[in-house]
Amino acid sequence: MGTEYLIDAKGLHKHFKKVRAVDGVDFSLAKGEYVALLGPNGAGKTTLVEMIEGIRTPDAGEILVRGRSLNEDKSALYGILGISFQETRFLEKITVLETIRLFASFYKQPDEKIGKVIHLVGLEDKKDAYTKNLSGGQRQRLALGISLLNDPEILILDEPTTGLDPSARREIWDILLKLKNKMGTSLILTTHYMEEATQLCDRIIIMDKGRFLAEGSLSSLVGRMKMPDVAFFTVEGKIPDDQVIRQSDLVIEWDREKGRGKCEMKNVATDMPLLFAFLEENNLRLIDFEHTKPSLDDVFLSMTGRRLSEETE
Amino acid sequence: MKMKRNELWQLIIIHFKELLREPGVLFWGIGFPILMAWGLGIAFTGDKETKKDIAIVNFGEENKLSLFLRDHAAMDNHGRYILTINDQVFGRNLFRFEPLDSLDATLGVKRGIYQLMIDDKGDSAVFHLDPANPEARLLQLQIATLIGERHEDDTFSGANIIPLEVKGTRYIDFLVPGLIAMNIMMACMWGMSWTIIERRKGNMLRRMMVTPVHRQNILLGLMTARITMNFVEAALLILFAWLYFGIQIQGSLAALIMVFVAGNIAFTGIAIITSSRTSNTEVGNGIINFVNMPMMILSGVFFSYHNFPEWSIPFIQNLPLTLLADSMRSIINEGAGVAAVLDKTLIMSIIGVVTFGLGLKMFKWY
Repeated sequence: MGTEYLIDAKGLHKHFKKVRAVDGVDFSLAKGEYVALLGPNGAGKTTLVEMIEGIRTPDAGEILVRGRSLNEDKSALYGILGISFQETRFLEKITVLETIRLFASFYKQPDEKIGKVIHLVGLEDKKDAYTKNLSGGQRQRLALGISLLNDPEILILDEPTTGLDPSARREIWDILLKLKNKMGTSLILTTHYMEEATQLCDRIIIMDKGRFLAEGSLSSLVGRMKMPDVAFFTVEGKIPDDQVIRQSDLVIEWDREKGRGKCEMKNVATDMPLLFAFLEENNLRLIDFEHTKPSLDDVFLSMTGRRLSEETE
Repeated sequence: MKMKRNELWQLIIIHFKELLREPGVLFWGIGFPILMAWGLGIAFTGDKETKKDIAIVNFGEENKLSLFLRDHAAMDNHGRYILTINDQVFGRNLFRFEPLDSLDATLGVKRGIYQLMIDDKGDSAVFHLDPANPEARLLQLQIATLIGERHEDDTFSGANIIPLEVKGTRYIDFLVPGLIAMNIMMACMWGMSWTIIERRKGNMLRRMMVTPVHRQNILLGLMTARITMNFVEAALLILFAWLYFGIQIQGSLAALIMVFVAGNIAFTGIAIITSSRTSNTEVGNGIINFVNMPMMILSGVFFSYHNFPEWSIPFIQNLPLTLLADSMRSIINEGAGVAAVLDKTLIMSIIGVVTFGLGLKMFKWY
């Protein structure tokens, strides 16, 4: 029954002392699918992926990888998985090349593969550097490179870009998008950057306090929450007392001193013309106009009353 | 009114909390030093009494020193003659003269039990000692003075001193095998235990485990590298000791290799069990010291363990480091062969296999 999924997990629980790290979760992954586990720190993302990786044993529930139980043959499991932890301290005085070579030997990969991986993650210039001299981004790319040595069917990356600057983050995204297009790899990605989830993944699972709050594509998540688009604009002219636009339930919130307005729209296609018509009727000239779609952060906020993380804009 | 908290105070509290919430840190930081002080205190202060053992050869009716001892010294139930000096500052000093034949006396010197051997040749006694060993020289002076004063004759003050010439009786002969043994212990404990703990801490061990690697190879690789290095280090030390001090391996080379292998087995096992659980390097540091330090002190690497209380000797002799140091000494200095070190080799191997097995059972791979 679970055979059409690469990973099929049901009823997973994992408790630590008083904390319910994972509290009854079903998870599946299809071939070629990129899935993001999005949630704040402590949501249980890492515990969940560690159970899938076979590092932690669930208190309850079952995980099938390609229809077979995890405990049957770990060595076979690790043959098809590519894993990168939140942080791995590689042997400090061993070079990039030597490190990759070491891991290539675990996968019985030929030497050509080492060069290919170094090229793929863009570490050619650093291949003879000690790992302790790498920047955060380079270190994560090394970790990613190692996880790609076996051309994994399933890549599991635990917060691969946390703490990296935007350009280093972008470099990792580019590598992952390339993999998706060329290799048909499947990906489980944990992150608390909503931009990362939306840029990379087909399906986003919002996780908090050990549970899945919602899952789906970005647009379906937003749609399900029935969250309005918002228009922000500035006008010149005399702002009327009237706040409600006739023939609709559109409301404009005015900041009269600065000439600014904000308007929430449930249906952009019909509401936008009404707004423009209203501005023209009242001889208001537009100076600027911005239309924003609801973000995952807004979705998360509306579900939990909290923001995803302080770092998200 | 809202209370404002002092940030320094908060920082201090945080540190204390951290400490108190890590029982390991607490034990290694407080409990362990106390235990060490206790152990060392028992060994070196105890009852403010120092004991010096002297081997005496040719103990006989007519001989001058023998006569003197018979007249002035008390005899204990081991057949040793005891001279006592009471001193307000230094407490009681016991000089214990043990009549022995020259073979046993020499063996005792090689094992560090005696630093001084006196040959009582009738008219005058001849002192045999290592001139490079200050403690032995001091002891000779003390005895010459002591006997001279009580005897009211200066036969002993002008006594003959003959440097020990028998191979394996100098302090350096005693020291080198002990150092080789200690090196093996330290190398295994820091080279294996510490490395494993660090790799576990940095997720490196776990990262290696989530590949199709065979887990036994992770340990085997480390052990092979370390034991090879141990061999090179020991060989270099022996080479240096031979070139510089003229120390020669008097016994069987096969026996030496056998003992070396057994010592490595023992300390590899101990290293694995030591590093089997923790991923905290501070705790690891403490555990490693907990294993190393007592043996460093008790096992007679630098000084003979025969200075420790009688009751503790059988225990000390079965510590892995003592087994290794003693068997190396007996081969290098006393000319022992395979048969003579077989029992110690066996005990070391058993210690190694048992600790390795237990360590592996508890081993935290992820």
